[in-house]
Amino acid sequence: MSAYEAIFWFLTVVALSCALGVILSRNPVSSVLFLIATFFAISGHYILMNAQFLAIVNIIVYAGAIMVLFLFVIMLMNLNADTEPQKNKLVQLAGVISGGILFLVVLAALKSSTVKTLEQTATDIGLIKNLGKTLFTKFVLPFEISSVLFLSAMIGAVVLGKKGTPHPNTENS
Amino acid sequence: MLLLEIDIAFLIEKLILASVILLGSLGVAMYATWGERKVAAVMQDRVGPNRAGPLGLLQPLADGGKLFFKEEIIPDSSTKFLFILGPGLAMLTACMTSAVIPWGPDYITESGHAVSLQVADINIGILFIFGVVSLGVYGVMLGGWASNNKFSLLSSIRAAAQSVSYELAMGISLVALLMMTGSLSMREIVGQQHGFWADGYFTWNFFKQPLGFLIFLVCSFAELNRAPFDMAECESELNMGYHQEYSSMKLGFYLFAEYINMFITSAVIATLYFGGYNFPFMDAVAEAVNPLLYTIICVLVLLTKVICIILFFMFVRWTLPRFRYDQLMRLGWRSLIPLALINMLITGAVILWALN
Repeated sequence: MSAYEAIFWFLTVVALSCALGVILSRNPVSSVLFLIATFFAISGHYILMNAQFLAIVNIIVYAGAIMVLFLFVIMLMNLNADTEPQKNKLVQLAGVISGGILFLVVLAALKSSTVKTLEQTATDIGLIKNLGKTLFTKFVLPFEISSVLFLSAMIGAVVLGKKGTPHPNTENS
Repeated sequence: MLLLEIDIAFLIEKLILASVILLGSLGVAMYATWGERKVAAVMQDRVGPNRAGPLGLLQPLADGGKLFFKEEIIPDSSTKFLFILGPGLAMLTACMTSAVIPWGPDYITESGHAVSLQVADINIGILFIFGVVSLGVYGVMLGGWASNNKFSLLSSIRAAAQSVSYELAMGISLVALLMMTGSLSMREIVGQQHGFWADGYFTWNFFKQPLGFLIFLVCSFAELNRAPFDMAECESELNMGYHQEYSSMKLGFYLFAEYINMFITSAVIATLYFGGYNFPFMDAVAEAVNPLLYTIICVLVLLTKVICIILFFMFVRWTLPRFRYDQLMRLGWRSLIPLALINMLITGAVILWALN
């Protein structure tokens, strides 16, 4: 086993077990922490594929910003064991059935597809220079449209946040 | 396969370098605590620490020893694992950034082997720093939440909101700098600031991006949780903030991580805006002395700049009163981000104009 393979398998095991930890742990804060660990393992995979820019952006955006906000919200909710909503039998049954159907669909989809192996050739597309050139020439229209989408989401958040009369203390200070 | 051609000599060289840099930053941080107390004393017309050793120079050791021997209390109602993880994470993220800072030019030995004074020259150096900085808030957040104390929780939420807000302005002010340098590698950014004066203008980025520097500086105060932005531990509102429940060396880790962060941030500012290890007439010096001495001079020049910036951080802390929280948020969102955007637009326009 080469060093590349050893690191690949190590990262895969970490990513999958942390992803399982996200859905299996009872405490939402530890779910969030498992998710952060998963992002780190995935960033490790990006680095193995020589995509350093993607790796670090994955950490900055997801682990550094989005998960901080997740943690922020979860910490503000006073989550104790007794406040956890009790699910009745009907909801549990519905969950099991819909989950089983989803599993079946995924299985059927995977059965007919051909499995591609990861090519371990030296590509430089993940380096920032090549990625930028590709994004701003070949994919410039989708790139700009998605940025407009983000802008509209931001403006929507501001509009929602401005609803109602502003608090008097924050206005005249 | 692509990246893993491991060379033992190379590994040992990097290991030694990394240990020296880590120990060095710990040492500087240690004496930064002493320096802070001396600066505070001078500004308040006191004597400051003067009992342990000459000029109180052994004071950091005494403090460390005291923290080690204190009783360690873990509150019963805390989440134990996260309570212990918090200070560890704070320390880890504080130490990680030093890996991409170039501490000096390559030292070329007599056999022609170039020893790089940078642990890792990755082509996304600035983004790496940015990523580690954005992770830095986890130590504070987890510690504050795991303590199961309302003051700690409020403090950690403040810290998170503050750091997410100020990261935006910091990132945009860096974009303007990157548009000029055209590279994300710290080594290249320092290389472009060679000497002090070239082609009829200063080479240091401070003179090319004064507004960007100002925004970056203000944001780094906020990221460091230092006065006037030390919202996470303002004692008049939150007792001691996120480290209220901590005792012994875990408290020491939190306090110490702040000083390491200050050292590393100063090194980043010196590297990005004040030319790193470059100094005026460096070419003449390089010809006059032997390579080893030249490398040492360069490292000392960088350290001098870093210490000046640390002193500036301290002067500000003991001069300005603390902001109120809503003022802090308004400064970040309504002043710094628009300013950073305008700075970016102006930089882009000037670059376009210069190209034509």
